Amino acid sequence: MYSKKVMEHFRNPKNAGELKKANGIGEVGNTACGDVMKVYIKVEKGIIKEAKFLTFGCCAAIAASDAVCAIVKGKTVDDAMKLTKQDVIDYLGGELPQLKIHCSILGIDALKAAIKDYKEKHA
Amino acid sequence: MKKIYLDNGATTMVDPAVVKEMLPFFSDVYGNPSSIHQKGQEAKRYLTEAREDVAKKLNAGYDEIIFTSGGTESDNLAIKGVAYANRDKGNHIITTKIEHPAVLNTCKALEKEGFEIKYLGVDNEGFVILDDLRKAITPKTLLVSIIHGNNEIGTIQPLEKIGNICREHGVMFHTDAVQSFTKVPINAKKVPVDLISMSSHKIHGPKGVGALYVRKGTKMASIQHGGAHEFKLRAGTENVPGIMGFAKAVKLSSDSDAKRIAKLRDRLISGIEKEIHDVKLNGPRGEKRLCNNVNIAFANVEGEALGSYLDVSGICTSTGSACSSHSLEPSHVLLAIGLDKGLANGTLRMTLSRFTTEEEIDYTIGSLKKYVEKLRKISPLKRVLKDVL
Ligand SMILES: Cc1ncc(COP(=O)(O)O)c(C=O)c1O
Repeated sequence: MYSKKVMEHFRNPKNAGELKKANGIGEVGNTACGDVMKVYIKVEKGIIKEAKFLTFGCCAAIAASDAVCAIVKGKTVDDAMKLTKQDVIDYLGGELPQLKIHCSILGIDALKAAIKDYKEKHA
Repeated sequence: MKKIYLDNGATTMVDPAVVKEMLPFFSDVYGNPSSIHQKGQEAKRYLTEAREDVAKKLNAGYDEIIFTSGGTESDNLAIKGVAYANRDKGNHIITTKIEHPAVLNTCKALEKEGFEIKYLGVDNEGFVILDDLRKAITPKTLLVSIIHGNNEIGTIQPLEKIGNICREHGVMFHTDAVQSFTKVPINAKKVPVDLISMSSHKIHGPKGVGALYVRKGTKMASIQHGGAHEFKLRAGTENVPGIMGFAKAVKLSSDSDAKRIAKLRDRLISGIEKEIHDVKLNGPRGEKRLCNNVNIAFANVEGEALGSYLDVSGICTSTGSACSSHSLEPSHVLLAIGLDKGLANGTLRMTLSRFTTEEEIDYTIGSLKKYVEKLRKISPLKRVLKDVL
């Protein structure tokens, strides 16, 4: 039911794990509604140098979090804020089952929460 | 790589002996059992034999077995058949919150037609509370429909006690025994149950065939109209090859297999409990659990993700969250036993068969340990089980 690319990111999520030196952390979701995602970013001079995630969720949720982290690395915070679900889906090979689209949205929400956290701390 | 198939609750491998049994009924004994010529009567004889074989397993009469297209149809026929035929007596039906969709959605459909349905809750192991059942019965109650062996968590309901309560109140009793049939003995002469649903593909028979036991004298309507087949309760030319395969599967089943499978089940449960911390077995232990069912919640791990890692290493399981099976709500059964939603979404079901081996069980325990650790490492949740129970 998942594309090869999704399964690759699910099986070997390169950006999984905690980021100790993060200066922005965002968490979204709760166990009552399903998935929980936490995104850590390390921002230097307005650029996201590193991004990592922790996810409690299905294959698509893990793959989407991994994709979000991969996409935003090297981007400015402002560019990262413009990330859309289509960007994530495209990065994952262009397809995600209809029921799993929300996973990509959740990943973006976690990223945006991390950026917001960074901005609040560094205003 | 050879697959380890631990999803026998979904369906089973057709036993090679069953396949062999069926083959002549496609191109040799192909007559229509309703035809009066020799070819037809030949098929009719086999059909009757098969009916007797299925009946024997329940200690029932051959004329109490109605062949259907499977468990879903048997559930529909039992519930709608009784509801429509007894409308003059009342409009109330009692069932539970842990039924298979074949029963739940049949009841929901009847609700739209003016029937009133009471959905009984269950205790934390999935047992119906008998006092609640007693209290739920009203003068308008026609039927009680309660699943025998639960397909998700393996709970086996006390049929005799439930049946006795129904008898006391003059209410008919249907049980969905799709998962328990041939695994838990049912003696229809002793147990006061009026209707029993069975399905062939859960017991190493072919798909698309099953049966409904209908106690002699039960007032029933047919829900599919046509010829006078199956004692006028189920119109349509009989699926003779399928029925022959089903009967063969019934004959191949044995109590000793059930005992052996139960041992493997307990090996899997205790292996997981020993090797992995913060896990919870859903449903009861021992004799009151289906011999082939294991259902375990792994704290802080999502079930579909765990199932997918197992799938990649060749182990087929199913999740307790219905997420993977096309809806995002956690299983209604797990919620009914009061499981926290997070745990319900972190639940895996493993269902064994007589073809499951000890090696497969041990390999599965090892793989589970590996993948649960991997997923816990990348999980933002750090909950301890006792805090969520
Ligand atoms: C408890 C229960 N009832 C009914 C069914 C439906 O049976 P069938 O697939 O033969 O229609 C199943 C199987 O999915 C089941 O597990």
